[in-house]
Amino acid sequence: MLGSGILKGLAVTAKNFVGSYHDPKRMVTVEYPEQKTNIPENYRSFPFLVSENAEDPMGSLRCVACQICEKECPPQCIIIEKSKDKKPDAAGKMQLYPAVFNIDTSVCMSCQICVEVCPFDSIKMDQVFEVAATERFNELLLTRERLAKPNSYYHQIHPTEAAEVDGRLTAERQAAAEKAKAAAAAKAAAAAAKPVVASTQPAPAPVAAAQKSPPPAA
Amino acid sequence: MSAASGSEHFLEHAPLDLRDWLVQFLTHWLHLTGLLQWMLHNLISIVMILAVFGLFFAFTTIAERKLLGRLQNRLGPNRTGLPKFSRLFGGWHFKHKLFGLSQPFADAIKALTKEDIVPAEADKLLHFLAPVIVVAFSLMTFAVLPFGRHFIPVEMDAALLYFFAAGSATELAIFMAGWSSRNKYSLLSAMRALAQLISYELPLILSVVPVVLVTSTLSTQNIVLAQGSWTFGVLPHWFVFTPWGCAGFLIFLVSALAESNRSPFDLPEAESELVAGHLTEYSGFKYALFFMAEYFGLTALSALGVTIFLGGWQAPCEFLQIIPSYLWFMGKLILMIVFFIWVRGTLLRLRIDQLTRLSWKFLVPLALINLVNGGFWALTTEWSGPLQIARWAISIVVIVVPFLLMGRKLSTGFAPRTYRYAP
Repeated sequence: MLGSGILKGLAVTAKNFVGSYHDPKRMVTVEYPEQKTNIPENYRSFPFLVSENAEDPMGSLRCVACQICEKECPPQCIIIEKSKDKKPDAAGKMQLYPAVFNIDTSVCMSCQICVEVCPFDSIKMDQVFEVAATERFNELLLTRERLAKPNSYYHQIHPTEAAEVDGRLTAERQAAAEKAKAAAAAKAAAAAAKPVVASTQPAPAPVAAAQKSPPPAA
Repeated sequence: MSAASGSEHFLEHAPLDLRDWLVQFLTHWLHLTGLLQWMLHNLISIVMILAVFGLFFAFTTIAERKLLGRLQNRLGPNRTGLPKFSRLFGGWHFKHKLFGLSQPFADAIKALTKEDIVPAEADKLLHFLAPVIVVAFSLMTFAVLPFGRHFIPVEMDAALLYFFAAGSATELAIFMAGWSSRNKYSLLSAMRALAQLISYELPLILSVVPVVLVTSTLSTQNIVLAQGSWTFGVLPHWFVFTPWGCAGFLIFLVSALAESNRSPFDLPEAESELVAGHLTEYSGFKYALFFMAEYFGLTALSALGVTIFLGGWQAPCEFLQIIPSYLWFMGKLILMIVFFIWVRGTLLRLRIDQLTRLSWKFLVPLALINLVNGGFWALTTEWSGPLQIARWAISIVVIVVPFLLMGRKLSTGFAPRTYRYAP
């Protein structure tokens, strides 16, 4: 009969109306400022710089100012100035560090290319999306002080990825320490071969990680 | 019962008494003469209608948004509370959001402060006049609606004629808006709007004519009075409870939906398909005026439907007459509006050919048959006893059989749709 479809439709919406008051499962709305949904792990907004030490973020940035990200950045929103001096990095090696590291978030398109190209795992994507600012220039231009966030924060927002990165970094540092140890041992052996009374003790490893490693096979 | 009827009497008259007292007070104070006194008397009525239905409009918009939300399992607007005058009150402000009920006032301020853009090539005068006229005519229809037993702004013998004359004049304003914008899309959609409005004007008026036949009056107040009796004191004699009245009411509902440009007949201004139809070149408060006129038109048509078919201000049961008549009227009006919102949240928009086909091939013939039905009812008022049953049976058959036949013809080849490749 003409009109029966209309009545069926009216019944459906009436059910929705009544259900919306007693069945919270029907509701799709999240009342945002008060309630928040969990952000998926792979969500990304803008880049940040990883620092090893939360107490001294500027002294322990992983970034060595190699400027690869600056060159690769498609909208060119990264501005880096190398330092004049060098500082020891996490592995104790002397490295340059970024005297200036700015990201213009009004330009950044969140493409993650800087993260892909970084050989030092020093720049990662953040999940902060409440980025409203009252001023266009200084507030949207993130300096290195505002970009630096500790590794523990990285673990917090991207747990899987951060565990993988940390595993790789530890392995690399271990290999580097072993290499250094082997080199030192070889040096010591060479020194011992000379007829001079010298200690055969190898040079102390630079970092704690290296000390824990087993003695070199050579 | 006397005490109850006494209190009812007092409330029925109270607003009118207040108005008369105010007029007398001001007459004494300002030494007004006859004409000025008459003007003051009517001015108070006009201000009351504007205030009551202005607020009614404001809260219809928020109710519509909230109801539509609920019909679609959303919450609807619930953010707008009172403004935070923290600086004025030493850091204190009212924290409750008031369920978002102050939303219409925020919308009004937004519309008022927006820039009013007039196209360079537009006919400036008509472009300005169109929203003014559309609001004026849709407000004029309120003059003849009986809101209560003693509440009728203008008591007129040809009230129905006046109502439809004023109501159809808004169509002129819509075409004015489309033409004066100097925009071909505005003009085209104004023509479409006009085609729709003219198509549905006919069934709208034809659905009302049987009531005129039966009551033999064009006065809205007398039509309401004709519905003022009860069988056993509980079954009201509203026209919607007669076969011809029920059919007329349904035709009236569909035509009223189309006349007030509401979903599923909102083709002239189909938000999700067109820019804004004839309102394309309007912005700011002029746009808000069109919006307002649309709601005023809807309210007026709902009020007319209540007056003609749903017993107007009459109580549904005799003992419920303790509640003042104007409250019954407003309650019925709100129910009608809620029903229109419910329909809007349910049905899909029609195509223009479906729209006109529904009117010319279905509603108009059905309304004409219903006219005959109403005439039959008017001629058989003396039938009683078993003849009364025959009267009802004949009246039902006369309207239901054409409905079924025409409905079948209207929907052949359209439903149900079968899908060949999709499961």
